[in-house]
Amino acid sequence: MATLSLKDVRKSYGKTEVIHGVSIDVEDGEFVVIVGPSGCGKSTLLRMVAGLEAISSGVIEIGGTVVNDLEPRARDIAMVFQNYALYPHMTVADNMGYGLKIAGLPKAERAEKVRRAAEMLDLLPYLDRKPRALSGGQRQRVAMGRALVRDPAAFLFDEPLSNLDAKLRVQMRLQIKELQRTVGITSLYVTHDQVEAMTLADRLIVMNAGVAEQIDTPMAIYDRPANTFVAGFIGSPAMNILPARINAAGNGVILDGGPEIGLPDRLPASVGPGKTVLLGIRPEHFTLSRDGMAGSFPVVVHAVETLGADAYAHGRLTAVAPDSLVVRVPGHLDLHPGRPIHVVPNRDMLHLFEPETGKRL
Amino acid sequence: MNRATFPHRVLPWLLIAPQLLISLVFFYWPAVQALWQSTLREDAFGLKTTFVGLANFRKVLADPAYLNAIQVTVVFSILTAFFSMAVALFLAVQAEKVVRGKGFYRTVLIWPYAVAPAIAGMLWLFMFNPSFGSLAWPLKQMGIDWDPLLNGKQAMGLVIAAASWKQISYNFLFFVAGLQAIPKSLIEAAAIDGAGSRRRFWTIVFPLLAPTSFFLLVVNGVYALFDTFGIIHAVTGGGPGKATETLVYKVYNDGFVNLQLGSSAAQSVILMAIVIGLTAFQFRFIERRVHYG
Ligand SMILES: Nc1ncnc2c1ncn2[C@@H]1O[C@H](COP(=O)(O)OP(=O)(O)OP(=O)(O)O)[C@@H](O)[C@H]1O
Ligand SMILES: [Mg+2]
Repeated sequence: MATLSLKDVRKSYGKTEVIHGVSIDVEDGEFVVIVGPSGCGKSTLLRMVAGLEAISSGVIEIGGTVVNDLEPRARDIAMVFQNYALYPHMTVADNMGYGLKIAGLPKAERAEKVRRAAEMLDLLPYLDRKPRALSGGQRQRVAMGRALVRDPAAFLFDEPLSNLDAKLRVQMRLQIKELQRTVGITSLYVTHDQVEAMTLADRLIVMNAGVAEQIDTPMAIYDRPANTFVAGFIGSPAMNILPARINAAGNGVILDGGPEIGLPDRLPASVGPGKTVLLGIRPEHFTLSRDGMAGSFPVVVHAVETLGADAYAHGRLTAVAPDSLVVRVPGHLDLHPGRPIHVVPNRDMLHLFEPETGKRL
Repeated sequence: MNRATFPHRVLPWLLIAPQLLISLVFFYWPAVQALWQSTLREDAFGLKTTFVGLANFRKVLADPAYLNAIQVTVVFSILTAFFSMAVALFLAVQAEKVVRGKGFYRTVLIWPYAVAPAIAGMLWLFMFNPSFGSLAWPLKQMGIDWDPLLNGKQAMGLVIAAASWKQISYNFLFFVAGLQAIPKSLIEAAAIDGAGSRRRFWTIVFPLLAPTSFFLLVVNGVYALFDTFGIIHAVTGGGPGKATETLVYKVYNDGFVNLQLGSSAAQSVILMAIVIGLTAFQFRFIERRVHYG
């Protein structure tokens, strides 16, 4: 067990820089999840921590030791790969015990550790099988077991659940979280699935194009996204982000489509009347209302996605408005494309962003 | 599932006819000829042939020169297959590590395969000829009494070297392909599990190369047994004495030089049996231990 720290870590391939200075501090026993769209550099970052990829500049510390120039094997970390990377010619037991064997542990002790890990992961019946005779979920657990038996300073996970079907993924998600809590090992977990990220993380790092956009607890990121990218990435369906203008009194915003929404807080001095802003509001932060109720405005529905308990109404403020917006409504509601619904936004859940930089105001 | 069926009974035969014809003319016919020939004795002028049953075989197997050829063949084949594969594997592993100019190294290493066996033999002969060979001189300087024309062991070393060298490119190509087929993440996982590069090679890479190695073992075995005739002919001609006379070389020597057709035919029949036996053995006992993906 150990802390993990990255200080202004950068990575370039040739002339192109793909990681632009990332700093993270992971506390002992903490579960930190890195989430971001494909190609943003999550794997690269993780592989640099593992020592599989050299860093171009910056400092990486594991347990207080600078590991910049250490080989993977000297870093005392375990990694679970996306494709599991099980040794195909070894049995499950040998796969899990490989690291211990190399560490020179006596056979009996090794077998005992492997057995204990296998028990934790329900793998006892499969110890003598080769990986190709296992299902995807079982392979995934073997990969976990291989990391677990080593009792390393830190776990690194690179999208370990992305090859599993939806149901198994939920199941494994819970299992990973539970396991990590029992063994209490510092973990860095990479995923592009924001649900996985929200549910697993003690702390969440939202990455975009080689930059850590925001580092905070999942709920803090959900409640106060630092910029439009984070706002759009965390939450499903994505937050509605609409161009708007501060009203003359400075206590509300006027959407481009017409309606005015009152703001609860006092605005900072820089956000004076008439300033253009981006207004963010999540689909789940609308309430349906009757026509003409105070603060309500109509949304012309053009498509409905029904999920069961809920439905998502996609609509526009006016029939010709360019921007579409999504509203969460109860699933049994009878909606018709082309007809308006009337909604009231939750005033406490509004987000304002600077249009040029996308930063939160 | 629907099986594709041909409307005709003749068409399938027509389609496999070319392959069948080639096998018949170039394999079965000579094989039958050899079988028939091996039971005959021909007089020195080729005027009279008599049926002698298994007498040729009895004579061949009792001949100390033949037993010597078997021993030479075993030593030569095992060492040739071993060295050509070991060196090729080493080079393939090194070429994998090269970051820049991978293609260049690969291309250069593949060239020797294009050299005809007899020419390869000549090359080695010239390099190591005791009187004018460019590499014989340094050997002598090092205090080695280099004379493969008289020393049987040195002659054997020379043909093994030449035969191995010729086959390295071929093996190299397969090993490179085999290495590329091993997922990189396996090696990385082993590195994280604490294995150093040597350990990774012997516990992960080498076992996963087993299908390639097995295939090459069969191919190199057959190569060493049969296709090295040209090299031996050019380098030592089976000598000095009979130190480098392999079974195939003896078939040629007895049949075409000494014109003992019956004996030569009997030897080729034995050779045929050896190859069939060897290949069957390899597939039955070695392949079982090979792990395919
Ligand atoms: N060897 C390389 N040479 C050049 N560019 C590379 C190399 N490896 C990765 N990259 C680039 O670095 C960026 C980050 O890649 P990385 O694999 O870390 O993405 P990722 O966030 O893990 O994406 P995904 O979710 O698809 O796995 C990508 O834009 C990729 O094109
Ligand atoms: Mg990745």
